[in-house]
Amino acid sequence: MRPDRKGPAGRHWLGRREVGIGVVLVGLAMLPFADLEVSTHDPWRHVSRFLAGFLSPDFNSIRSIAWAVVYTVAFGLVGVFIGSLAGLLLAPAYHLRPVRILAATLRAVHELFWALLFLQVFGPSAITGALAIALPYSGIFAKVYSEMLEEADRRPDEVLPPGSGALSRFLYARLPMALSPFRIYTRYRIECGLRSSAVLGFVGLPTLGFELDAFFKVGRYESVAAVLLIYYLMIATNRQWLRPSLIPVFLVAAFGLLITLGGPPFRMENLVRFLTEDIVPAPLRDASLLASSTWDQLSGWLDVLLSTQAFPGLWSTVVVTQMALAVTMFVALLGFPLIVARLVGKVPSISGHLLLVVGRSTPEYMLVYIFLQMLGPSMLPAIIALGLHNGAIIAHLLGRQADALTPTLRPDAPRGFNLYVYEFVPRLYGNFLAYIFYRWEIILRESAIVGILGVHTLGFYIDGAITEIRLDRAVLLIAVTVLATFAVDAIARGLRRRFQLSMNDLASREGSAIY
Amino acid sequence: MTTNSDRPRRHLAALAVAAVMSAALATGGPAMAQPTLSFSAIPNQDETHLLERFNKVAAYLQKELGVPVKYVPVKSYSAAVTAFKNNHIQLAWFGGLTGVQARLAVPGSVAIAQGIEDTAFVTYFIAHSSTGLSAKPTLGDDVKGKTFTFGSKGSTSGRLMPEFYLREIFKTDPEKVFSRVGFSGDHTKTLDLVSSGAYQIGALDFTVYEAALKAGKVDTKAVTVIWKTPPYPDYNWSIRGDVDKTFGPGFIKKVQDALVKMNDPELLATFPRTKFIPAANKDYQPVEDTAHLLNLIDG
Repeated sequence: MRPDRKGPAGRHWLGRREVGIGVVLVGLAMLPFADLEVSTHDPWRHVSRFLAGFLSPDFNSIRSIAWAVVYTVAFGLVGVFIGSLAGLLLAPAYHLRPVRILAATLRAVHELFWALLFLQVFGPSAITGALAIALPYSGIFAKVYSEMLEEADRRPDEVLPPGSGALSRFLYARLPMALSPFRIYTRYRIECGLRSSAVLGFVGLPTLGFELDAFFKVGRYESVAAVLLIYYLMIATNRQWLRPSLIPVFLVAAFGLLITLGGPPFRMENLVRFLTEDIVPAPLRDASLLASSTWDQLSGWLDVLLSTQAFPGLWSTVVVTQMALAVTMFVALLGFPLIVARLVGKVPSISGHLLLVVGRSTPEYMLVYIFLQMLGPSMLPAIIALGLHNGAIIAHLLGRQADALTPTLRPDAPRGFNLYVYEFVPRLYGNFLAYIFYRWEIILRESAIVGILGVHTLGFYIDGAITEIRLDRAVLLIAVTVLATFAVDAIARGLRRRFQLSMNDLASREGSAIY
Repeated sequence: MTTNSDRPRRHLAALAVAAVMSAALATGGPAMAQPTLSFSAIPNQDETHLLERFNKVAAYLQKELGVPVKYVPVKSYSAAVTAFKNNHIQLAWFGGLTGVQARLAVPGSVAIAQGIEDTAFVTYFIAHSSTGLSAKPTLGDDVKGKTFTFGSKGSTSGRLMPEFYLREIFKTDPEKVFSRVGFSGDHTKTLDLVSSGAYQIGALDFTVYEAALKAGKVDTKAVTVIWKTPPYPDYNWSIRGDVDKTFGPGFIKKVQDALVKMNDPELLATFPRTKFIPAANKDYQPVEDTAHLLNLIDG
């Protein structure tokens, strides 16, 4: 860990500490614009009924839940598989600008938005679920794989004779050197794929989210608890049953299962209509492109859409994002000591682990959904849920690093609170900030999608446009989300460079888990 | 234990199988032999027993029409319209607005039947007892500043018509009349939310309210109907125009007859309607005009 105030950043008045405080202040500055009301009449009744459900989970619907688990695994595996193949193809060309932009666009659109679009063409079918996961994941894989290729040992490549073909070079000298981190990262992504797959149920695919939504809607909290418990069991044990050597077998079974899923038949004319009519802005459809009135109408259309939906939605998205980011910081800093044995003791650190596992393995969308049921529709549940989820992810990474630092401590190192404040926090602070900036873009994407649940972020308007069967508007609003993601990513990258915040351990399982 | 040398080969074999399967997946699997009439209904209330109830309707239609009939559940109002548009379903029980959206998206499609209740449908505005509001001939200023929920964003009785009348009465956006405006998702949920006080006022389909009242599911101490809108046309059965080509000439008429002659109270309770009568596209012109007025459809 680099000591603070050294290097070029140290010469400016703005140091790492100020940047951290700045993020919190920006979050606080959003307070007057945030709708934080608890609108449920009696939130405690909902909370206690929800918690009581866990005391007597109802497994009567176990058959349908079991099928949902099977489909969750199938969609997750197939989606990640196709995504990783596509990512592998894109990675060697990642230095090309168009490829980079393509990959960034693919991953800037959340799985749920992809699913909402594909539902318009393919209905609730295997193709919709597989592509909704595969597309954004291919963008992430392309980026991470290419970074891993960059970092891999280049010596085998350098000793090849000058005339060697590019493909041979890649296959025999470059790829083998990166295979090990590829494998570790892909394995981690499979777990993410299971989570994404579960969430797709909320928009109509037959995965766990579907069951959860159905039970929540009719207030059957005992069944909700059963679904959640099975979900956690599936995620917590996935490395035990989804063993690397068995993955090909699982994959073949998953493809087989999805082919027999049924669902609506594929019709080419739907795809053509979607691309040539549905997503074309309404004023341009069947209109003369030479007439000036067409373009007047288009600008009117754009004007209304931007001023009544895109900008208000974007602003709410930013408010939720910044406040969630500030909450994330607190959760991460207060959460990581919970899993450090040296700080809290061995036994408590195990329950700390459990807490963080629940926080980070519950998909953010599911977490927001649960909080919304209890607190009612305002920004509050979204901010709390996103802060908890992302904070738990970072706390987990920091805790692991604090554990790794423990053997390096001096024999007379302070204990307890002093150790935390004077040793761990300063030494981990650089990584902490780096993680925060890595999660920023992700939190923005998540803030946008939770609009589907009723918070007035971009997702709210996108969902509205889809309800009105105005896909042209939905696509434009999704494009606004993409641009906002790019902007945040660019700022975060600038900040990371300025303050020399990098993650040196991208290739490790822990480091890669930040994406 | 596997040795290192045979592991890559096994992976390759699995990859090949997977690639073939993904190709099969992309082409959509085996083609259907006999054309099936698929139908759906907008999910406007309690979704838990939809399949059970509508499978009985499917069995009835199959018997009457002599072709395989399948019920396809959908998750949202717009999913029903999309499925109709994509020819994934050919027949649907739509709301007024979704029917208009669907028929605009599929030229040649027609509304063929409606419930007797749908010729003069109304929306109920209900309020939680803590508001102290009571039934009046119109909405007054006393509802201002309260919290309010519509049903689904795509609902006629839960969104389109109540929004139209709110704008007519208050001459402004609902967001400016109420302190909070939400979309519950469906009518049953609206009733739940207002009963629990999560929202102080809500607007919902009168048939869903009356059916819940009859079933003893309305907490009449917590909820009162404070206003009923003027009547408007609502739900309808709509069918794609190209079914005559698939199932033979005169098929649309056959479906219409089968619906109109449905008299099993158990089947009718699914909707819930007392009887179906013939309908035509022009019956829904007022709904289409209102949707234009509220800028919910283009054109």
